[in-house]
Amino acid sequence: MDIRYWNQRLETLPQPELRQLQLERLREVVGYALQTPFYKKRLPKVGISSPEDIRSLDDLKRIPFTVKDDLRQAFPKGLLAVDMEKVVRIHSSSGTTGIPTVIYYTADDLDRWTDLLARSIVATGAGPGDVFQNMMSYGLFTGGLGMHYGAERVGMAVIPVGGGNTQRQLQIMRDFRTTVLHITPSYLLHIHQRMPEFGLTPADLNLKKAWMGAEPHSENTRLKLQELFGIDIYNSYGLSEMNGPGVAFECVYKNDLHVWEDGYIIEIIDPRTGEPVEDGREGEVVFTNLIRHALPLLRYRTRDLAFLHPEPCPCGRTARRMSRITGRTDDMLIINGVNVFPSQIEEVLMSIPEVGTNYQIHLSRHEGLDRLTVKVEIYSKLFTGDLAALEALKNKINEKLRASITINSRIELHEPGSLPAFEGKAKRVVDEREKL
Amino acid sequence: MKIRQISVFLENRKGRLYEVCSLLGQAGINIRALTIAETESFGVLRMVVNKPDEAVSLFRKHNITANLTDVVAVEVPDRPGGLAEVLKVLSDGNVNVEYMYAFVEKFSEKALLVFRFDDPAGAHRVLTSAGITVLTEKDLPNL
Repeated sequence: MDIRYWNQRLETLPQPELRQLQLERLREVVGYALQTPFYKKRLPKVGISSPEDIRSLDDLKRIPFTVKDDLRQAFPKGLLAVDMEKVVRIHSSSGTTGIPTVIYYTADDLDRWTDLLARSIVATGAGPGDVFQNMMSYGLFTGGLGMHYGAERVGMAVIPVGGGNTQRQLQIMRDFRTTVLHITPSYLLHIHQRMPEFGLTPADLNLKKAWMGAEPHSENTRLKLQELFGIDIYNSYGLSEMNGPGVAFECVYKNDLHVWEDGYIIEIIDPRTGEPVEDGREGEVVFTNLIRHALPLLRYRTRDLAFLHPEPCPCGRTARRMSRITGRTDDMLIINGVNVFPSQIEEVLMSIPEVGTNYQIHLSRHEGLDRLTVKVEIYSKLFTGDLAALEALKNKINEKLRASITINSRIELHEPGSLPAFEGKAKRVVDEREKL
Repeated sequence: MKIRQISVFLENRKGRLYEVCSLLGQAGINIRALTIAETESFGVLRMVVNKPDEAVSLFRKHNITANLTDVVAVEVPDRPGGLAEVLKVLSDGNVNVEYMYAFVEKFSEKALLVFRFDDPAGAHRVLTSAGITVLTEKDLPNL
């Protein structure tokens, strides 16, 4: 096995030294956190008024969890720890549920993040000489730009194509002899299904590897895609709150994801009690960012479920490994890589008078792409008998939904009382996608 | 001069049309004319019945989405060119037809057509001045 390191010293740091490094970086980050209105109010309450109040990593446990809603409440600058003059990059959520979440980066923050991506890339055996086609969206989404900078740092030839347009993607892969892809599993499946249309087979391409992220997928999906394309596929994990991709990455052994513990402290907690669970047990993943100073986040609850592998990996890296994401503690849906909460859909539907009170969100998969069907009951009193008005209503619902969640959906109109009604908590989401 | 048509919202579901029609049958309400406009996932059933008020309250009671729309029913001679003559009158009178359907039943020497106009009053004027018989709801039970 060809084991390569980007920063061998840090990647193979003995555990005690790794913990010591974490402690030093935590102190530094707590210092920045105390500059923010949000943590300035919160940390002294638990006896942390200066970085020196963090004496050991155990002191982390005194800090209350930070949740997504805290980020929203603190919008736009309640979590900003540095002068705006120091900020060189801003990433943000779309804010479709109301208030967006925003992440700021200084030049040094970007540098440290980029370095973890370079490390992730090299761990998969990629490097100079590789031609990298980045199919993740650029823009506010961190997946595109994050990996782009990491790949350039490593010395790969980067093609910043972004997502979509299968024909063009295939043409670029062929023309430039692309060797590495960064892509979602469903899009990679889709590309495979479309290849015959363009008279191509995987043998016509020069692909060697793919990094798959932004969507959870199973080992079977990886194996299937590896076989279909004859390439190595590596699982990638990240979230914008922790900079973006490169929080955890698989090495050539594909033994689940090395969490870059010098950059992030990982905790696995029982989502109900908030108490830590032992290694090997599933729970909610909580991260503390140790490398970002512009917007420090301490003990951020990701809502992702996973477990830790404490046993060492044959690659020699000392960071613990995290399993692939096994689920979510909230009801967030991932539709073609886009995060959607059912409440966003509900909000749109309930703003339209002709829509009744009952609805259902239906997910299926066609040709590798997710399909969202929204079934709504019409409001009897506003039924005019006019067919054109009903067609217009369907278009209106789709337009409004697309404006909110950025996804095109199929709208089905139903008679009042015909969709399943619920007592107590409604089960409004029917997900028929086979698990990736 | 106007006749009330019942429009029923129907989702595309096996047996739904039967359910709706059998309700009318059990209540002794007679369908005089009927048409279905459909799309991929739903349809609108339009019909003229002998007791529209009873039909609407029956539907409401059964949670079936229905409403009443004014339409115009005319008698035309049941012979080749009969419909065309009426349409020429409408066309010459600059009257726009939203949709139309024919009565399924033939009676006497006449056929019956149901029209939905965007300007029912204007259409009525044009039709009657051309000597075409426009039916009223009072005529319906006798059909």
